[in-house]
Amino acid sequence: MVDIYDFYDKMERNNIMLSFKGDITAELLTSILQIMESKLDTMQEQPKTKKKVYNVLVECLQNLYHHMDEIPRSLNGISITTGTGENIRSAIFMIGKMDNEYNIVTGNYILSKNVEVLQTRLDEINKLSKEELKDYYKAVLNNGQMSAKGGGGLGMIDIARKTGQKLKYNFMPIDDMYSFFSLNIKITPQ
Amino acid sequence: MEGITIEGTPKTPTINFDIATGHLEIKGRSIPENSIEFYKPIVELLDRYAAKPQANTNVKIQLEYFNTSSSKCILDIFKKLEAIHKAGNATIINWHYEQDDEDMLEAGEDYQAIIAVPFKMIEEAD
Repeated sequence: MVDIYDFYDKMERNNIMLSFKGDITAELLTSILQIMESKLDTMQEQPKTKKKVYNVLVECLQNLYHHMDEIPRSLNGISITTGTGENIRSAIFMIGKMDNEYNIVTGNYILSKNVEVLQTRLDEINKLSKEELKDYYKAVLNNGQMSAKGGGGLGMIDIARKTGQKLKYNFMPIDDMYSFFSLNIKITPQ
Repeated sequence: MEGITIEGTPKTPTINFDIATGHLEIKGRSIPENSIEFYKPIVELLDRYAAKPQANTNVKIQLEYFNTSSSKCILDIFKKLEAIHKAGNATIINWHYEQDDEDMLEAGEDYQAIIAVPFKMIEEAD
């Protein structure tokens, strides 16, 4: 049995406002956004901070929704029992506020063969200045095609632009096929 | 040809397009997972409208939030408007943003830089 106090203690110490593990469906996304919106209202954040947090949250969650890779039921010694079917979708998401700074953390499985492409993309974005990001956003918006998954390749650029910070990420190899991708986004109200 | 009215939801905006007056309004929030599907009727209607537009086409965009998936569809709409404008019909895009919402103002300026249609940035007081 899990030590629930240990969980609680870690979440409390990190000031986690909301966390979720499992499949990210459209319905779940709607619920998370509704909960977060009322929490931000209760915290009486400035409208522009509230909007920034909400916008970045939407992009982070929709990134998970569109891009997380399916994994087999048994992976890395864990046998996942939730959901139906042979393959499942599972991810983790957390949002917290520490020292006046919002933290959004997401984690999802990715096929290891796709790691390089994503890492290169993130590194490219991290190299750009504020002005370069603006130009890059406009170029992708104007010339880029919409992917079959519905994303336009703008999500990460938009997150980098709105937060004004580098995208902090990590890839952890799980087995010979899968890696775990984590993204840590900070939003500092001005 | 008839106009279009779409009621807003927590994830999609209210859209009103009155083709008899040339008024198009998009208002609310636009954060659907699949924005292409949502915007398809309005993009198609604009295509037909462009064949015989009003002398003046007046567009009001008043969005609280929009996701990057919607941003491409909004650009598609603006490109249709650009074609109408290029054909010699007066067209204006009024881009509303809430006071202090620099992100939304910047988003409007991004479109303004891409689309050859007169833009008017309108700051809404709280």
